[in-house]
Order: sequence, then structure tokens, then C-alpha cells
Amino acid sequence: MLASFDAILLARIQFAFTVSFHFLFPAFTIGLASYLAVVNALWLWTKDHKYLDLFRYWVKIFALAFAMGVVSGIVMSYQFGTNWSVFSDKAGPVIGAPMAYEVLSAFFLEAGFLGIMLFGRERVGPGLHMTATAMVAIGTFISAFWILSVNSWMHTPAGFSIDPDTGQFMPEDFWQVIFNPSFPYRLAHTITAAYLTTAFIVGGVAAWHLLRRRREGAESSPATRTMFSMAMWMATIVAPVQIFLGDLHGLNTLEHQPAKVMAMEGHYESHPDGAPLYLFGIPNDAEQRLDYAIGIPKLSSLILKHGWNEPLDGLDTIPDEDQPPVGIVFWSFRIMVAIGFAMLGLGLWSLWARYRGRLFYWPWLHRAAVAMGPSGLVAVLAGWVTTEVGRQPFTVYGLLRTADSAAPLDAPAVGTSLIAFIVVYFAVFGAGTFYILRLMAKPPTPDEPRLKDVADGPTRAAGITPGTHGHQPGE
Amino acid sequence: MPIVSDISFDLTTIWAFIIAFAVLVYVVLDGFDLGIGILFAAERKKDSRDVMMNSVAPVWDGNETWLVLGGGGLFAAFPLAYSIVLPALYAPLIAMLLALILRGVSFEFRWKANTGRWIWDAAFIAGSTLAAFAQGVALGGLLQGIDVNEAERAYAGGWWDWLTPFSVFVGFAVVVGYALLGATWLVMKTTGDLQERMRTRAWHLGIATVIFIGSVSIWSPFLQDGYFARWFEGWHILWAVAVAAVVLGLTWALFRALHVHRHDHWPFFSALGLFIVSFIGLGLTMYPYIIPTEITIYEAAAPRASQVFMLVGAGVLIPIILGYTAYAYYVFRGKIDVDSGYH
Ligand code: HDD
Ligand code: HEM
Ligand code: HEM
Repeated sequence: MLASFDAILLARIQFAFTVSFHFLFPAFTIGLASYLAVVNALWLWTKDHKYLDLFRYWVKIFALAFAMGVVSGIVMSYQFGTNWSVFSDKAGPVIGAPMAYEVLSAFFLEAGFLGIMLFGRERVGPGLHMTATAMVAIGTFISAFWILSVNSWMHTPAGFSIDPDTGQFMPEDFWQVIFNPSFPYRLAHTITAAYLTTAFIVGGVAAWHLLRRRREGAESSPATRTMFSMAMWMATIVAPVQIFLGDLHGLNTLEHQPAKVMAMEGHYESHPDGAPLYLFGIPNDAEQRLDYAIGIPKLSSLILKHGWNEPLDGLDTIPDEDQPPVGIVFWSFRIMVAIGFAMLGLGLWSLWARYRGRLFYWPWLHRAAVAMGPSGLVAVLAGWVTTEVGRQPFTVYGLLRTADSAAPLDAPAVGTSLIAFIVVYFAVFGAGTFYILRLMAKPPTPDEPRLKDVADGPTRAAGITPGTHGHQPGE
Repeated sequence: MPIVSDISFDLTTIWAFIIAFAVLVYVVLDGFDLGIGILFAAERKKDSRDVMMNSVAPVWDGNETWLVLGGGGLFAAFPLAYSIVLPALYAPLIAMLLALILRGVSFEFRWKANTGRWIWDAAFIAGSTLAAFAQGVALGGLLQGIDVNEAERAYAGGWWDWLTPFSVFVGFAVVVGYALLGATWLVMKTTGDLQERMRTRAWHLGIATVIFIGSVSIWSPFLQDGYFARWFEGWHILWAVAVAAVVLGLTWALFRALHVHRHDHWPFFSALGLFIVSFIGLGLTMYPYIIPTEITIYEAAAPRASQVFMLVGAGVLIPIILGYTAYAYYVFRGKIDVDSGYH
């Protein structure tokens, strides 16, 4: 019994580790693919060279991040079977089909047009190259659509029956399976999250170069300014949207997974006449109590039930064996929400700076933007941890327990592979992050070299021939 | 309701064909792609390596997506098989995934590293070779049979069961076969010295591949009783003779094409032919089992509703995918020239 528990715990750690790593890349590339499509369209439309420079600058970074997203994603599609084989057998008839649709409609589209987007501008001409760039961006969106539908089904299962002989979930209505109750909220919130993540990375890089040029006493380039301005518009407009969507998402969760919301809010006990919003506290699962709690009276009822004195149930209404671990959910939720409000703050600050004409001349604004560069990545991980840990102890909510989902593997097998994953992921993705940061450390230049010029390494990049330097006809 | 069960019978077979098709496309496309990584070990000059890598850089991601379709399709169409085979082949599959990570990122990292390029060259070689080997071991492990607890619908063996002389032998066979595909691909895509060296390599690898195909074909009928009957009892022997004849014909075509220097693409297509015939042979060996000789495709199949729903998508999307994949290959057609790689 103990041995099997160990294998399950190791399998969970392995799954959480690989999927968290994987998601960092889509969170960035979903947004970046759209950004590249936009700047490329602006280049074709305005013929302002700074947009081409921006495209060339970010496409190098995109190529790296995308490759890491692909290889870490291939791992994910096999982890269901290797680590969660019972789950795969039972849920496969329902969620297998949307996942197959993801491969057919998204992955092939991305992969098929990626080569042309990266290397094919001269070979196919500007129109088809633009099409290929748009296809890659659309592909990332379709991919998010299907995988989030699958994930949402595990949270709010719908449109199925259970086969009494095999215990398998059987599809009854695929429309209900795909558009299950939490899917629209999760899709909107996650796509918006990806856009914000990208906006803050782009904005952080731009702010870094604004600060550097200022220290050198020089004017920043038009490309850098455009980057910063575009990113700050995104922050200003999208951050409030994200907070609004997050609120809707939370209300939906309250309806379908109340125990998760209780954990997020730290509500161990029920509040029959108005529940407080806890800002701080130390969850204590053993005593079923929030220690050192600091809260605003009644505010939680107002947010969740739209009335000061509305009653809210607590975890005391949920059997112990069905409760999620409160501590992780409570904190990860607070991290995400704090970052969401910080993003809103930076967006408003930039709006003020814009109004005052100081958008490109306010070092403290730029320092704040640099500091917040990676904040989107932290927020998306915190969000997923809230979502996934909060639905424990189930994989298919209310129906299939995590403990009953795992593959019949020996603990040493899972342990060994977990160590291998950790070593390889840190080495490989660490190196990739280093290369990305090194690219980001150089500012976009008015004659930004193409991917294929730097491709041949330092020798060629150093001695670029005049022909590749200026504009190419048809570019 | 005989009619209904007849239809679902057909759907299951169709899905088995679709999955087999995805795996076959994967094997031939990623085969030459991994083969180039294997051959990297023997080409030490930076220029040659640049050309070799450039010849697949725009298409490797698409090639690997067929592996995702094979795995994802198996999950969707035959969930029971997916949930038994993956834990059974846990170690080789995890090794394959890690190896694919190493070689996949090398495509990008290699150009970004200054002094560290050798690391990513090494990762490309090791990742490609290990991925090929692990795929062969997994195939061998499946062919030799997997322990199933039918009542529990689960894998019943231990985590080293896959390791036998046969599975290791198939592992080596796949490494050699992929290297042959890579060498003939490069004969098609390159010129000059590199091309000449690849011609010689393809010659040696061709001989080795044919020997491996022969040995695996002779060995596998003895793994399970059913296999032997399938190939050698009664008129079935005609199948064996026919397949052997086609293999010999393609072998002749391969060596002839390598010998005659005019048609640079014929060696590649002959080698592809060898892979396709071997794959069909494998299919004939296993059918109708998906886990020989425990679980048939019918026992493992997803319910009819899932099969129908997916078939609509597959029927529309796979032809489109083949279309734009062909277009991407067409855009990057022609020889790679050492000075103007299109990476
Ligand atoms: C919200 C978006 C999102 C989420 C939650 C996930 N992914 Fe992902 N995935 C993408 C968005 C994405 C993407 C943006 O579409 C990627 C990134 C790079 C790429 O090629 O596509 C991708 C790549 C990617 C690939 C490689 C595709 C290829 O070969 O081109 C696979 C197999 C998966 N994913 C599978 C998964 C699985 C099994 C997940 C869940 C456990 C998962 N992804 C979570
Ligand atoms: C990509 C962002 C995601 C992150 C960061 C993430 C994170 C996590 C974490 C931390 C756990 C472990 C929970 C625990 O053990 O207490 C988990 C479990 C799980 N997640 Fe996710 N998840 C993500 C997306 C998904 C998606 C898209 C799916 C489905 C397609 C999924 C399916 C699962 C399954 C099956 C488990 C079961 C293991 C378990 O509950 O312990 N996850 N995830
Ligand atoms: C104040 C602002 C925010 C609120 C109120 C909020 C609310 C929520 C809630 C309630 C969930 C859990 C959904 C569930 O029950 O499954 C969630 C999940 C999530 N959040 Fe937020 N969020 C906010 C800001 C952000 C920001 C800024 C980001 C990223 C940039 C983000 C990214 C995510 C992600 C990726 C998930 C997991 C996927 C999902 O279930 O949608 N959130 N959010």
C-alpha cells in the first residue's frame, strides 16, 4: 500500500513538473505569435522599417521559445498514458477525441507553416509569408481551445454516461463535452493571460533598453519605443479585462467546485451572515482553521454573492476526504491576484505617463516595467496551481479520484524518470532561457539581421555582406 | 442488431488504418530526420554539419507532429491499448521523449551557442541515436508480447520486461535503417564531397539494413505461435514469398540507384520503399491484435460515438494536412548549397 502511494505521489510530482515547464512556453508563444503577425502586417501596410526590425528581432526569440514548447509538449501527450493509465482508459473515450482534434487542427497547422514563417520570406514572397505567420498564430489559439476544453471537462464533466461494465466514461453529446460549463471562462482567462504574459515580457525588454540608452546619454530607437508603447497599451487595456474575467471565472467555480473557492478564500468555517475577505492568514489544515487571519468583514460575500450579508458555506460542510489542500491554493491564488492588480497599476501608470508625454522618459516607470517583465509567467503558474490543486483529490471532478487514476508503475521507475526529467529540463531549458536572455540583451537595431543571417553563427553575423544589410526587394 | 455492429467493425478497422498510417508517415519522415542526427557523428566538419542540419530545419517540427498524432490517435481511438502499452514500455518511451527534447532544441540552440556549439552537436547526435534506438526497442517490446491483466484492464508485468535480446536487436535495426534514410536523403539534397561520402555510407548502411530486415523477419515468427501460423502455414507462405520478393526488388533498385550517379532521388525513394514494405509486413504480423496476442483492435476500440466524431475531423483534416505539408516541402525543395543555407 505504502509503495503504491509513493508511486502515485512521484507520478503527480512528475506530471506537475513537466506540465508547468511546458505551459511556460505556450503562455509566451501564444501571445508572441499574435504580436509577430501584427508587426508583420504593420510592416506590409505602412512600409515603416521599424516594424520589420521588430519582426526580425522577436522572431529569433520566438523560434527558441517555440522549439522548447514543442518538445516539452510532446512529453505531455505521452504522460497521460505513462503516468495516468487508468485515467486514460476511463476518460479516453471522451477526451481522446478533442485531443485528437487538437493534433489535427492545431499542431500540424503550426508545424507546417512554422518553417515558412521562419525561413521562407524570400522563397514565397510577402503575401504568403504573412499568411504563414497568421496560420502559426491561429494554430496556437486552436491548440489552446482544444486542450483547455479537455482540461475544463475534467473540472466540470458534462455530456457523458458511465459504462457499468468497464467503468469508462462514454460520450453522449460531444457538443456538451467540448463546451462544458467552465470551458468558456477558462479559455477566455487563459488566452488573456497569455497575451498579458507576452505584453509584459515585450514591455520589460523595451524598458530595459530605454534605461540603457538613457544611461549612455543617447536617444532610443523608434523600434524600442514602439515596442514599449504597444506593450503598455496591452497592459492598460487587457489587465482590467483579465481581472473582470477572473471574477467571472471565480463565480463559475463557486457554482461547480465550491470546495475550491473555499480553499482559495481560506474559509474553513461557514459564515451564515456574511463572510470576510481574508487578505492574510496561515491555513492550518490539521486544526481546520486560518491562523493569524486578517480580513475585511463581509467583503467575500459581496464579491461572491453580491450582498453584504449573504451566507457562505465553509470547508466544514465538505467531508475531510474530499477537501483540497488549502495552503497551496490559498497562497497561489493570492499571488495571481496580486500580480493582476500590479499589472493594472502599471497599465494606469503608463497611461498617466503617456498623457504627461513622459512615456519614454520616466526611469522609474521603466524600472517597474523591467521588474514586472516575468510577472505574467509567475501569474499563469500560480493560476494553474490554484486550479489544479484546488480540484484535488479528483482528476475527473467528483467522479474519479487521483489516487485511482495512476498507472500501475513501480516507484523506482517513476523516481528514476523524475530525476531524469529534472536534470534534462533544467539543463536544456536553462540553456534556452540563457540564449533568449542574451538575444534580449541586444536592442533591436535599424538593420536587424535576419534569422538566417545570424543562423550561421558568429562568423557570418560578424561579416554580413552589404547585400543582406539593406532592404531586400520584396521583403 | 447486426448492421450496427457491422458498421462499428468497419470503423475500428478504419481507425487502425489511420493510426498505422500516422505511424508509417512518422517513421519515414522522422526516420530521415533522426538519421541525419545519427550521421552527424561521422561528419566532423562544421560546414558539412551546417548543410545537413539546414536540409531538415524547416520541416523537422512537422515530421515530429506525426508522432503526436500516432500517440494522441492511439489514446483517442484505442484508449485501452494506450493505457496498457505506455506503462509496459515506460523506460524506452521516457528515454525516447528525453532524447527528442535534446535533439529538438539542438536545431535552434546550435546556432545561438558561441563556444558551446559542440554541446548541441553532441546533444543532436546522442538524442537522435537514442530516440531511434528507443523506438526500435519499443517496437520489439510490443512484438514480443506484453503481460496483460484483462480483468483489471491493466499492464501486469514489471518495468524491465521490455528488455530482451530481441528488443535490443530491433533497436539496432532501427538505428541502422534510419541512418540509411538519412544518408539517401542527403544524397538527394546535397552536392559535391558530402554527397559522395553519403553515397558510400548509404551503400554500407543499405547492406546492413537488408541484413537486419532479413534477421528480424526470420526471428519474429518464432516469438509467438500466432505469428508463425500467419506467415508459414498453408497458402500464407505465398505472402512471405511475395514480401521477400518485393524486398529483394527494392534492394536491387537501391543499389542500382546508388551506383548510377544520375538520379539523386532514387536511392531515397527505394529506401522509403523498403521501410514501407517492412511496415506492411509488421501490420500483417500483428493484425487484428493491437497488443499481440492479448488485445485485438476491437477489444481496445473507443465507443462508436467517439470513432464517428473523430472520423469526420480526420477525413477532412488529414488530406488538408498532407496538402500543406507537401507545399512546405515544395517551398524548400532543391539542393542545399554550402554557402547559402536557408536556415
Ligand atoms: C493554453 C494553452 C496550452 C495548454 C494549457 C497546453 N498547451 Fe501544449 N501547446 C500549446 C498550448 C497549450 C501551443 C501554444 O499550441 C504549443 C506551444 C508550442 C507549440 O508548438 O504549440 C503547444 C505544444 C504542444 C505539443 C507539441 C505540438 C507539436 O508537435 O507541434 C504537444 C504534444 C502539446 N502541446 C500537448 C499538450 C498537453 C498534453 C497539455 C496538457 C497537459 C498541454 N499541451 C497544455
Ligand atoms: C499547463 C498548465 C498546467 C499546470 C501548470 C498544471 C499544474 C498541475 C499541478 C500543479 C498538478 C498537481 C496537483 C496536485 O498534485 O495536487 C496537476 C495535476 C493534473 N493536471 Fe494539471 N496543470 C496544467 C494544465 C493541465 C491540463 C491542460 C490538463 C489536461 C489536459 C491537466 C491535467 C492534469 C491531470 C490529469 C492532473 C492529475 C494529477 C493530479 O491531479 O495530481 N493539467 N496539474
Ligand atoms: C485580480 C485578478 C484575477 C482574478 C480575480 C483571477 C481569478 C482566477 C480564478 C478564480 C481562477 C481559478 C479558476 C478555477 O476555479 O479553475 C483563475 C485561474 C487562472 N488564472 Fe487568474 N485571476 C486574476 C488574474 C490573473 C492574471 C493576471 C493571470 C496571468 C497573467 C491569470 C492567469 C490564470 C491562469 C492561467 C489560470 C488557470 C486557468 C484557468 O482555470 O483559467 N490570472 N484565475
